[in-house]
Amino acid sequence: METVECIVVGGGLAGLSAAYGLAAAGMEVMVLERGDYSGAKNVTGGRLYVKPIRGFYPELWDEAPFERPVARELVTMMGGGAHTTVEIASDRFLEGEPQSYTVVRAKLDQWLAEKVTEKGAMVVPNMKVDELLRKDGRVVGIKAGDDEIGAGVVVVAEGVLRLLSSAAGLAAEPQARHHALGYKEIIELPAGVIQDRWNLNEGEGAAQLFMGAVTRGMLGGGFLYTNKDSIAIGIGCMLSDLSQHGITPYQLLEGMKRHPMVKPLIAGAEMKEYAAHLIPEGGYKAVPKLYGDGWMMVGDSAGLVNGVHREGSNLAMTSGRLAAQTLIELKDRGAKFDARGLAAYKARLDDSYVMKDMKKYAEVPDFMHGNAHVLDAYPSLLNTAAREMLIVDGVDKRTKQGRILADVREKRSLLGLIGDAYRFWRAFR
Amino acid sequence: MTATTLPAVNVEEKLFQNRYRVDADHAHIHIRDRATCGRCADKPCIVCCPAGCWRLEDGTVDVVVDGCLECGTCRVVCAPGNVEWDYPRGGYGILFKFG
Repeated sequence: METVECIVVGGGLAGLSAAYGLAAAGMEVMVLERGDYSGAKNVTGGRLYVKPIRGFYPELWDEAPFERPVARELVTMMGGGAHTTVEIASDRFLEGEPQSYTVVRAKLDQWLAEKVTEKGAMVVPNMKVDELLRKDGRVVGIKAGDDEIGAGVVVVAEGVLRLLSSAAGLAAEPQARHHALGYKEIIELPAGVIQDRWNLNEGEGAAQLFMGAVTRGMLGGGFLYTNKDSIAIGIGCMLSDLSQHGITPYQLLEGMKRHPMVKPLIAGAEMKEYAAHLIPEGGYKAVPKLYGDGWMMVGDSAGLVNGVHREGSNLAMTSGRLAAQTLIELKDRGAKFDARGLAAYKARLDDSYVMKDMKKYAEVPDFMHGNAHVLDAYPSLLNTAAREMLIVDGVDKRTKQGRILADVREKRSLLGLIGDAYRFWRAFR
Repeated sequence: MTATTLPAVNVEEKLFQNRYRVDADHAHIHIRDRATCGRCADKPCIVCCPAGCWRLEDGTVDVVVDGCLECGTCRVVCAPGNVEWDYPRGGYGILFKFG
């Protein structure tokens, strides 16, 4: 059996980040990617936060194929027969190096795979791994078709579905309550039209989130990101909610696209692609064991997503980097790639923003499952109140105030309001 | 608002924009036991599949994998684990141009 020092299963952002670090340190790396090219199977909502990952591999980012740096952050709350949009703007979003960019994964991942190859790693496309080979409890390599390849260590970057690691007994199978379906359309619009519609300077981008009625009371939200000459528009929604509500994903998205706030923004745009992917949203409590004898797990397969802040790609790349660092250090010390040595990977993750943030929001997934109404009720209450006060129709303002309070009491009792606030604080503090 | 107020959508028109390399003789999704689907009241596969691959044909659940986006939703929402699901062979299936 042919043997290499490190095999990385999956050429997405986590796997490529690990491979880049390993190859740069002179280690022997083989990346196995099932797609025709890196990114062929990968989907993101649309943005990458670069500040947390710029520190390592600093030489990488100047030529990265980003779409637009995000200059405008918009949050639109829908419901109650109205909608309210809040804009959060700051010079610091773009100051020095912009903090986030909209991205297109097929371009970004392919580019990163080229960079990894330049560092000396072998990136093999069209190679679907069928099995993680185990011997005496240790992962010793992989099987792909009739080929078996041995490895000193296997970095499992197989993505959210964990087909290989769950079959090998390294992790549990994904559960519906821990996963959201993210899906979107890419629609084409000229750069100038995008800049006019979102009030952007040339080359700058916007990120817009949609809360409330857009998901019809289900846990989730809508999103819209401006690329160079296209828009990504989509929805993320918990799988367990979708299956209970009986609404198809494409109907939900069509409803969002026809909303009076959204319709003029995307008017005249031509659809270019329709994509979907699962997102691990189980949070800290759903993170599986991340290492063992001869293996470590990174990125989506490790469940490393901060659902509250919608960060995933940066966590994936950070975990890949920390996995590489751990292996490089073990090799330098002449230590084995066994559970004892690889425990340093988990320690590094725990010490980084990745696990610190995930731990901070450990209670949020359970809270949200029991309290999805907060996403629906409060935007609707806000909008009804604003609408009532803005319509000047001869009804006196005290009467209007009474109507607003009645609406609040109808939707939430006083105790309910206090309970929501308390549970919200407990989950997010 | 309820599902009934939402517009009907032809999801196939969306899938038509996508690029696929179809592996004609190797479907990557199979139903393990059709009787299990017959006993399933909710059929979440039909509701949740973003590509509309799962349908009810003459009262029987059926899956056509050609437009599959390889998200794995059907596998994860099937509580009895009745969906045999693997990725398509290397290089086949969806080829995202944007993703």
